[in-house]
Amino acid sequence: MSADADMVGRLAPVSSFQPAQWARKRLFNNWYNALLTVVFGLAIVQILVSLYRWAFANAVLFATPQQCQALAGKGACWAVVLQQGRFILFGRYTYDQQWRPALGIALFLLMLAATCFRRLWGRWLLMGWAALYVVFGVLMWGGVLGLPYVEQSLWGGLPLTLVLSVVSLTFAFPFGVLLALGRRSSLPVIHSLSVGYIELIRGVPLVTVLFMASVMFPLFLPEGMDIDRLLRALVAITLFCAAYIAEVVRAGLQGLPRGQYEAADALGLGFWAKTRLVVLPQALRLVIPPLVGICISTFKNTTLVVLVGLFDLLNTASTTLKDPLWREEFAEVYLFTALIYFGFCFFMSQFSQSVERQLRRRQGP
Amino acid sequence: MAVPSAREARRGAFWNDRAVRGVLFQVIVAGIVVAVAWYLFSNTLNNLALRHISTGFGFLGREAGFEIGESQIPYSPADSYSRAILVGLVNTAIVSVVGIVLCTILGTIVGIARLSSNWLVAKLAAVYVETIRNTPVLLQLLFWYVLIGTALPGPRQAWQPLPGLFLSNRGVRMPAPIFDSVHLMMLGLAVLGIGASVWWARRCRLRQEATGRRPPLLLPALGFILLPPLILFVAAGAPSSFDVPALRGFNFAGGMGFSPELTALTFGLTVYTASYVAETVRAGILAVPKGQTEAARALGLSGGRVLRLVVLPQAVRIIIPPLISLYLDLIKNSSLAIAIGYPDLVSVTNTMINQTGQAIEGVAIQMAIYLLVSLAISALLNWYNARIALVTR
Amino acid sequence: MSQTNLPSSAADSPIIIALERVNKWYGSFHALNNIDLTVARGERIVICGPSGSGKSTLIRCINRLEEHQSGRIVVDGIEITNDVKNIEQIRREVGMVFQQFNLFPHLTVLENCTLAPIWVRKMPRAEADRAAMRYLERVHIAEQAHKYPGQLSGGQQQRVAIARSLCMNPKVMLFDEPTSALDPEMVKEVLDVMIGLAHDGMTMLCVTHEMGFARSVADRVIFMDRGEIVEQNEPKAFFDNPQSERTRLFLSQILAH
Repeated sequence: MSADADMVGRLAPVSSFQPAQWARKRLFNNWYNALLTVVFGLAIVQILVSLYRWAFANAVLFATPQQCQALAGKGACWAVVLQQGRFILFGRYTYDQQWRPALGIALFLLMLAATCFRRLWGRWLLMGWAALYVVFGVLMWGGVLGLPYVEQSLWGGLPLTLVLSVVSLTFAFPFGVLLALGRRSSLPVIHSLSVGYIELIRGVPLVTVLFMASVMFPLFLPEGMDIDRLLRALVAITLFCAAYIAEVVRAGLQGLPRGQYEAADALGLGFWAKTRLVVLPQALRLVIPPLVGICISTFKNTTLVVLVGLFDLLNTASTTLKDPLWREEFAEVYLFTALIYFGFCFFMSQFSQSVERQLRRRQGP
Repeated sequence: MAVPSAREARRGAFWNDRAVRGVLFQVIVAGIVVAVAWYLFSNTLNNLALRHISTGFGFLGREAGFEIGESQIPYSPADSYSRAILVGLVNTAIVSVVGIVLCTILGTIVGIARLSSNWLVAKLAAVYVETIRNTPVLLQLLFWYVLIGTALPGPRQAWQPLPGLFLSNRGVRMPAPIFDSVHLMMLGLAVLGIGASVWWARRCRLRQEATGRRPPLLLPALGFILLPPLILFVAAGAPSSFDVPALRGFNFAGGMGFSPELTALTFGLTVYTASYVAETVRAGILAVPKGQTEAARALGLSGGRVLRLVVLPQAVRIIIPPLISLYLDLIKNSSLAIAIGYPDLVSVTNTMINQTGQAIEGVAIQMAIYLLVSLAISALLNWYNARIALVTR
Repeated sequence: MSQTNLPSSAADSPIIIALERVNKWYGSFHALNNIDLTVARGERIVICGPSGSGKSTLIRCINRLEEHQSGRIVVDGIEITNDVKNIEQIRREVGMVFQQFNLFPHLTVLENCTLAPIWVRKMPRAEADRAAMRYLERVHIAEQAHKYPGQLSGGQQQRVAIARSLCMNPKVMLFDEPTSALDPEMVKEVLDVMIGLAHDGMTMLCVTHEMGFARSVADRVIFMDRGEIVEQNEPKAFFDNPQSERTRLFLSQILAH
């Protein structure tokens, strides 16, 4: 009781944000900080003002290409985004059917948002993703349910980027897990095959793997068989990701305390049961942040398929700029494209950072 | 008491033996791999024969027959393919080396800035890192390339931020130093000076161990390295000539030039990789526990000594391995040169593949060279890790 | 030591574990040096000794978590070799409790206990759940059945670990320093469970420093040093009248306070 009475007098003062004090502590606390603040502050203000003028004040939304060229850099010509936006986003997909890829993208974003809530993780979420696959395929290809068929050589833009990322990650993941297990195996043949594959793929750029796939795959197949370009790119990206996923999963397997393996052994669990029930659930949870990092890199890496003739989001943007009418508006087009990529990547990286924070809190001090 | 020996006489089926199972599994896997490889291999031979594509590396000696946009070693279309590949390799090396040096400097500055107590500076660094990391590198490269091509003026109106340094849409041009025998001797003296500094550092350390007093190290060392060359320079009448670029007609002549492609590629790769370097440096410094600084201070060490003797050695251990893999990423990303027309290794071999049709050999050469570089750097990393690893029980 | 084919009466043999001239090396370090040991059914054995003496290695060889290089180990009539089927069978009959508990953090307490019965003994889930709850009650922790290991104290986790091993109905329980990682106030609850097990007739091999436990419950105390069994005796004789000089030295060190 007396302890409470003691505490009353010792309650902490209510803290409030005092701008002046904060500025003195964080911006001007000594002479070189003050100098830096002034210099950078002025520079920032100037940049922001001219950016505002270019992007908003002097910008035009509805204009012809000739009017845009007349603007010549004083103002942004957002008309290019408006007029070419559908081409940039959907490529050469049949014009009046473009609601289909748009719907597919919306559903994908929905699933992505749902996956961020760890409480929803479980069998239903996986089935949701499987259903999304089917629905997306139906929407894009058509041919059923009265939807006209659109062949995949016409696919382009954001849907194509999503297909490339998601499909290759889906197949790369189990392959990568197997490679990681193989690399930790004590059987020499399995170990050397895994190590050889991982080091080979990680040592070369994605460009080379893409070329290898697009140029060498036709040679690997029996005469007459041909693989679609999209499939070749998918295989290349899958093979590439699997090696990186393998290294991340291997780190997780190494990070798991040896006692877990021993306890599972002592209970009499065989290798596959032990891996499936005890090792992988824990090891994968340990490495969620790096795995999300691989998802982000894969999403960005899909831009390389321009080199094998696929029209992903970046390629459609670049193609727009090849048109002499719009050649000057490269800043607007690239900015628009960059914003889309930034949106996806930033969102995913924030998710991974929040998972990291949650994991750290759970482990305690 | 006798050991019961009943069921032990039952040896058990041999295929249940752990070792035997392991061998069987490996034989099956190896068999599958070999079978698949054989199938692919025979298909390939078949297809190559059908398309009249030859095999083997003999084509490397043939005449290349194509131009290469820029080359640091003499090259003409009459040279062989292997020379063309060498040109591409040198180009890749230039971009890689310059990129690595610049991105380390920039990345370290940004990484430390992010830890600054100044809110504005820290936030700016954070904005830089987040923006660059969340956009594809190819998009950034294309942006810089088009920017240089369209936003920079023609050579006649080139920007001149520093005397002799010209920026235009034909690239960057700066004065090229002309080397003279005096400069060579200066270099030699500087190298001797480094040797003298090393000797002096040893003497300082021995003196400190013997008597506890440490003679000054930094100033004498700098003196050894800088003073003799400087004296020679002045005594020889300060010969310094630069080949300054001058506008001749539509373009510059003289001095050193970097094409827009090279500039865009190097600049873009530097900015991109620097953001990752910044994160690595920041993580490394943060990873050193605060208790280390506290303990060092409690022992009476001053600020600079705390940094040099306690914090930096630990931070560097943490930073170096991921840093080296970032360097490898930069080298691999330089292959994107093909998208903006810079003749690096991939670009040149690609042209070669298109002309000879020998895709397998071409891709194999690419992979072999990149693998060599990767493995060399990994080996270096492993050696470094083993040397500096903290000793544990 | 004959190798004759005894009939199934070996299953009722009074000896459940037998080690015969067992040797183990870690590289050039001789961890187990010509160990001869027999354990009778229902016997409670405490193994003690300084660190590095090989006591943990010894019991870990019994369920093949470590491999011995020479000699024979026979558990419940089955000799331990490289035969995977033998190893699996032995591990079903031998339960182990670790110093670091090693509970599976991603499963609840109940799921920790039912994992092996379902996947190894192929029990239906409902039956496994019932059996698990019985054992959890036996170690006085049934009310935590749906919590996660991370939410329990060290003593509670170790009791769950004991219940987890018991759910497999083992014939022998191995304990590898079960209380060494616990805060002092939690040691008693775990020891009480172990004493309860002993009174119920379980064959137990314990590596521990808890000499009070040894005195009250053990049938035999074994002292190991530098990979050898130096001395073994019933507790009263062992503590009151140690024969070897090394035993005397060790006892003086741990019983001093």
